[in-house]
Amino acid sequence: MPYPQYLKDLIKRVEANRARHVALKREDDDLPFLTLEQRQSYLERFHPDYKTGPQIRRPITVGPSKGYSISPEIVDLLEARALVDPDKLDLSNPDYDVDVLIIGGGGAGSAAAIYARNAGASVMIATKLRHGDANTMMAEGGIQACDKAQKDSPYYHFLDVLGGGHFVNKRSLARRLVEDGPDAIRWLEGLGVLFDKFPDGRMKTVHGGGTCRKRMHSASDMSGAEIMRVVRDEVRNLDVPVIEFSPAVELIKNAEGHCAGAVLYNMETQEFTVCRAKAVVMATGGSGRLHIQGFMTTNHYGATGDGLVLCYRAGLPLVFLHTVQYHPTGIAYPEQAEGLLITEKFRGAGANVLNVDGERFVNEREPRDVEASAFIRECTEVGKGVRTPTGKWGVWLDSPMLDLLHGQGYVAKNFCGAYMLLKRFEIDISREPMLVFPTLHYQNGGVDFEADCTTQIPGLFIGGEVGGGIHGENRLMGNSLLDINVFGRIAGANAARFAQDSAVDAPLTLDHVRRYHQELEDAGIVTQRRAPVLLPDYTTPEVKERQLETHYLGNLR
Amino acid sequence: MANDTDSRDKVQDSPQLPKIPIFIMGKRYMVPEELTIMKAMEYAGYQFIRGCGCRMGVCGACGTVYRKPGDYKIRVGLACQTVVEPEMYLTQLPFYPANRASYDLAGAQGSAEEIHAAYPEVFRCVSCNACTKICPAEVSVMDYIAAIKRGDLELASELSFECIQCGLCVSRCMAELPQYHIAQMARRFVGAKLTPKAGHLREQVRNIAEGRYKDLMDQLESASKDSLIELYKARQWEPAKEGEDWTPDDHRGLLS
Ligand SMILES: Cc1cc2nc3c(=O)[nH]c(=O)nc-3n(C[C@H](O)[C@H](O)[C@H](O)COP(=O)(O)OP(=O)(O)OC[C@H]3O[C@@H](n4cnc5c(N)ncnc54)[C@H](O)[C@@H]3O)c2cc1C
Ligand code: FES
Repeated sequence: MPYPQYLKDLIKRVEANRARHVALKREDDDLPFLTLEQRQSYLERFHPDYKTGPQIRRPITVGPSKGYSISPEIVDLLEARALVDPDKLDLSNPDYDVDVLIIGGGGAGSAAAIYARNAGASVMIATKLRHGDANTMMAEGGIQACDKAQKDSPYYHFLDVLGGGHFVNKRSLARRLVEDGPDAIRWLEGLGVLFDKFPDGRMKTVHGGGTCRKRMHSASDMSGAEIMRVVRDEVRNLDVPVIEFSPAVELIKNAEGHCAGAVLYNMETQEFTVCRAKAVVMATGGSGRLHIQGFMTTNHYGATGDGLVLCYRAGLPLVFLHTVQYHPTGIAYPEQAEGLLITEKFRGAGANVLNVDGERFVNEREPRDVEASAFIRECTEVGKGVRTPTGKWGVWLDSPMLDLLHGQGYVAKNFCGAYMLLKRFEIDISREPMLVFPTLHYQNGGVDFEADCTTQIPGLFIGGEVGGGIHGENRLMGNSLLDINVFGRIAGANAARFAQDSAVDAPLTLDHVRRYHQELEDAGIVTQRRAPVLLPDYTTPEVKERQLETHYLGNLR
Repeated sequence: MANDTDSRDKVQDSPQLPKIPIFIMGKRYMVPEELTIMKAMEYAGYQFIRGCGCRMGVCGACGTVYRKPGDYKIRVGLACQTVVEPEMYLTQLPFYPANRASYDLAGAQGSAEEIHAAYPEVFRCVSCNACTKICPAEVSVMDYIAAIKRGDLELASELSFECIQCGLCVSRCMAELPQYHIAQMARRFVGAKLTPKAGHLREQVRNIAEGRYKDLMDQLESASKDSLIELYKARQWEPAKEGEDWTPDDHRGLLS
């Protein structure tokens, strides 16, 4: 859907200022950064996390983080019954028996599988959709690591991570992230990931929001897809079995209290199966498809926070889930592409963000939460947003500046993903700006874990977006692709070691689920809700009303 | 939130929405005219288990073929990206069998011959171009296969970079090639074997392994929040316009 005429007219204002903006950009003459105090005020007044009221936050009434107030969309899942009835499932005859079970076939899970397999363990991945149908596949912009010693070091990377996270990050995790960063990149390079490089092999690196050094590595604007397909290919080379369309719906423990496997649910045949494992890696990713506060999302179809539910029922606390990351630049027009991500690298490379008058209003490299708040402020308090045909708001991201700054063809070559995407809707982003608005992007928090990926439950390891603490209250771009590789590798290696050295053979049990159900009843929660939900619910109410004989298990038909 | 309409993917039905007929696997449904095929199928009452992944055009889960009345051409699109058209007859092809050859990357040379040995069928290609025509990502599939035959892996890597591995090319190939697996092998050879390695990466890995940042990091990890904030504010900013060789004046936190 090309821009309608009225938007084309508004674009003329952007064009009128473009030459001036390009000249300013060439001189690095950007709007000044907000002070820490101004940032705080923007956040408090405009960021969705800071809104108050029962629709925004609700305390959890049961379990290890009882009393912790987080999004009601997540609390609903925690205050729900299991999909599997513990009294009906026979655990004595497992369908699968492995050393290491990896739950989730995204980037973290695949890295874990490679490390566990190479450590000699027998490994299986159980995943919800296909191997690689994951947020990792969708990452565009890149991956941070402080590997240029003449100007960068773990010191600066650590400070950036902490500053982005409001200085409340779990420091041991942040430290591990930055210190293992260069080695994670070296590993990926060795696997054949096609990083953007100079002819002599040096990595091309650029800025991201909140980075004081240029340390963002990339593979065009398909960094995540490139990493995902390479690690997936390596998993295949190692002959690790991947059980697709079979999400884990419950963790299994043994009589010693160790994590000892999971119940899988074959979504196609609707069978529950049992996987026994000596160690389990939880790598189920994020939860954008819960549509917190009704926001559109960048996340893939399976991002429904299942791992949070499973770990919580098994007894692990949740941390930093009171914050959610809204990416400043989701597509606001056309509606068909709504919510899809426009990578921060557009701003990193020099594209300005402009209001309805075609004027700048915020530095383009503020941390994400501040940048998103500034957009919302411009569209509300300031009243200079651009109205879409369906009555939503957006601001301009002036991509055509990049061809002027870096040469004709720059946008098409360096942002081929976004370029192709919008070309299908007859919008040429090398000539027309994009209309953008914040979109639900990343689950900042998650399950509590340690820098060696262990948890309070022996035998249960955490890797990737499902975990919380590394990024504190706000993640910087490029640190998540790094996190899944750093901690995915550690989780896999340590799970294999645990399987060899520390696992004990004891009868399997779902008593923790029974106890959790009891706790729900004791708290007076009587509900039909089931969790994990596995998939979002996009069936219209009209259709549902006519599905007289249909049973839903969670959101699943 | 500034956007006052709920932005879930669920389509809000209303009598005012202009609707058009589409045929999902031959069966007629009336759906709102501006939806993508994916959202139209959900509107019609389908719940995806297969055939839906990223919803953004990069994962290759939702390859879809369709025809229009009175037109012999097979058309193709990603269900998550393609807007419905009146009277389109469509089906998704969420899976198509394709054999893959396992290989040991570490032990490989990175030569075209190794790829030819793993996939001898590559020489069965008759350059019919059906693969390129069906590719929803507009990859020049036939050209990258030709490049692999000739031994030009760099070109193959470049041409196939945007491949989303949906498998539609495989479904059309009269020579029965698993093109996307072959391209994956070529790209990994280029990345791992044919491109110079980054020296600075190894240097920094060594610096860290030797513990050269350890004291510094111990201090940071145990610093008070206030002193961290001070250090954060004091970071020197690498100017955006500076080139690769920029070095800061402030050497705090660095080895030199
Ligand atoms: C559009 C987009 C762009 C991004 N860009 C960047 C970027 O430029 N840089 C950056 O650093 N980060 C970026 N991110 C964030 C980053 O990609 C993700 O946080 C990260 O890849 C998550 O990896 P993961 O392995 O933890 O989860 P995922 O990659 O999401 O993998 C989780 C897997 O688990 C599966 N799963 C879910 N539930 C279950 C279950 N119950 N049982 C079994 N399997 C299950 C899922 O289907 C999925 O395959 C981006 C994210 C998105 C969505
Ligand atoms: S759902 Fe991933 S390409 Fe369409």
